[in-house]
Amino acid sequence: MPERIMFTMGDIACAEGALSAGCRYFGGYPITPATEIAEWMSLRMPEVGGAYVQYEDEIASITSVIGASWTGTKAMTATSGPGVSLMLEAIGLAVMTETPLVLVNIMRGGPSTGQPTKGQQGDIMQAKWGSHGDYQIIALTPASVQEMFDQTVQAFNLAEKYRTPVFVLADETVGHMRERLVIPDEKDLELTYRKLPSGPPEEYLPFKPDDDLVPPMALLGSEYQFYATGLTHDERGYPSDKEHVQIELITRLNDKILKNADDIIDLERFMLDDADIAVIAYGTPSRSARRAIKDARAEGIKVGMLRLKTIWPFPDDTIASLATEVKHLIVAEQNLGQAYYMVKASAAPTPVHLMTKPAGMPQLPHEILDKIRKVDSI
Amino acid sequence: MARTEIRIGGFGGQGIVTMAVVLGETLSLVEGRQCVQTQSYGPEARGGASKSEIVVDDEEVDYPKVQEPDVFIAMSRAAYLEYVEGLKEDGILIIDEDLVEIESDLPAGVKVYRVPATRIADKEVGTKQATNVVMLGVLAAITGIVTPEGLKQAIKDRWPRFVDTNFKALELGIAAGKKALAS
Repeated sequence: MPERIMFTMGDIACAEGALSAGCRYFGGYPITPATEIAEWMSLRMPEVGGAYVQYEDEIASITSVIGASWTGTKAMTATSGPGVSLMLEAIGLAVMTETPLVLVNIMRGGPSTGQPTKGQQGDIMQAKWGSHGDYQIIALTPASVQEMFDQTVQAFNLAEKYRTPVFVLADETVGHMRERLVIPDEKDLELTYRKLPSGPPEEYLPFKPDDDLVPPMALLGSEYQFYATGLTHDERGYPSDKEHVQIELITRLNDKILKNADDIIDLERFMLDDADIAVIAYGTPSRSARRAIKDARAEGIKVGMLRLKTIWPFPDDTIASLATEVKHLIVAEQNLGQAYYMVKASAAPTPVHLMTKPAGMPQLPHEILDKIRKVDSI
Repeated sequence: MARTEIRIGGFGGQGIVTMAVVLGETLSLVEGRQCVQTQSYGPEARGGASKSEIVVDDEEVDYPKVQEPDVFIAMSRAAYLEYVEGLKEDGILIIDEDLVEIESDLPAGVKVYRVPATRIADKEVGTKQATNVVMLGVLAAITGIVTPEGLKQAIKDRWPRFVDTNFKALELGIAAGKKALAS
């Protein structure tokens, strides 16, 4: 399909990004503020020959996405915090079975049912640690309608490349705001598809990794044996209670993300080169921070921003190095402090100041500007 | 034109969000401006408070929401009472005169324009559903933020089956806006 231009909301840009990435299965349960993703998918999936299924709940939705992915179909679901809470067990299953999928969380006010129509960035740690066990996750944090498209494409590419669930973590404002969206011609998009096994099927070991630590993935129904279990398993896929099998598997599942962090992490540096103060922000608060930084610069304050376009794996090396270049860091996030703790751990001993707002409206630019002035006067 | 902020307030069902979306489509797709549209509403489908906003700028819009609107269109008493205080000094206040009364002190220098948009839609267009398009015509005539030709293009693209009704609503709104501007 040739390039298209729309004036549309982040949720719809996300759905279009998925379709452009080759997603042909959506299993979901509508929830504010992610409903428009499901709604758009229900209209568009039949047009591209894919399947849209609305399930009875989020547990069925995510497990259906896992099943669809096993057949080789690029698959996703979209929900909000309460839905993610229900999906957590299955996220662990997807991690353990190394199933590529994309899970979109349009974050609303929580805990529990919270404020459905208002935004928050309260699910940063849930995305990382929500399911039990020792695992890594990839999470992308777009800040505009165009990024909702671009980063959903990126989410599919990463999911396929690393055989892992990938979160698109967007706050409600990004999900519901409308901006100009350019959908590129499909032939201009770089798309990734999971590695498939080659060689004699009888020699195939389903969980034997290549040098990049990712095993080629047999598709359910192909001539290669297909194994899936939530139990700790060896390279054959057989369950094992041996200590070395657990250590090897869990280490590899973590390392395939951590050792490729440079390939996954996506950051934007804004006015940082001569900065004494660095603001760390993601999603809508990063747009408030951008305005505040321009205004603070006009007052002669040397401040810049490191914008996290991906939040997991956490860019601790970059922040550690940034902390040696600046005198202070400010974390501006729409919660009571989540990425803050990661920044603090990475930046020590450089002081890290928190500028939070656990409410539906993100920080106003002048609120961040006030914080920058205060920190500048220390 | 530097950053300009427009806020539209009313109740659910008046087409408040659609109005801002059509305005955004016109500014962004037809007139090639940088623009962000947002909205805020409660859990109810109809009757609850509804607010929608447009920020338009020459450069990429950073903070996407309205802070101090240059223009505030009030289409319900509740919306007027809740949002009037935020209006910028020397800003523009457009009210549906049958639904909203000026019942508080306004920020200094605010210019008030009274238009019976709902009545025009009901009696002259023949459907209250066209109130938001009438109001878009009023906005174009009073502020010049958007052109009537641009709005017509966006309306044609969005509602190809209802072009005549909406063009009529738009023209009546432009006339009402010019009248308010002159009085």
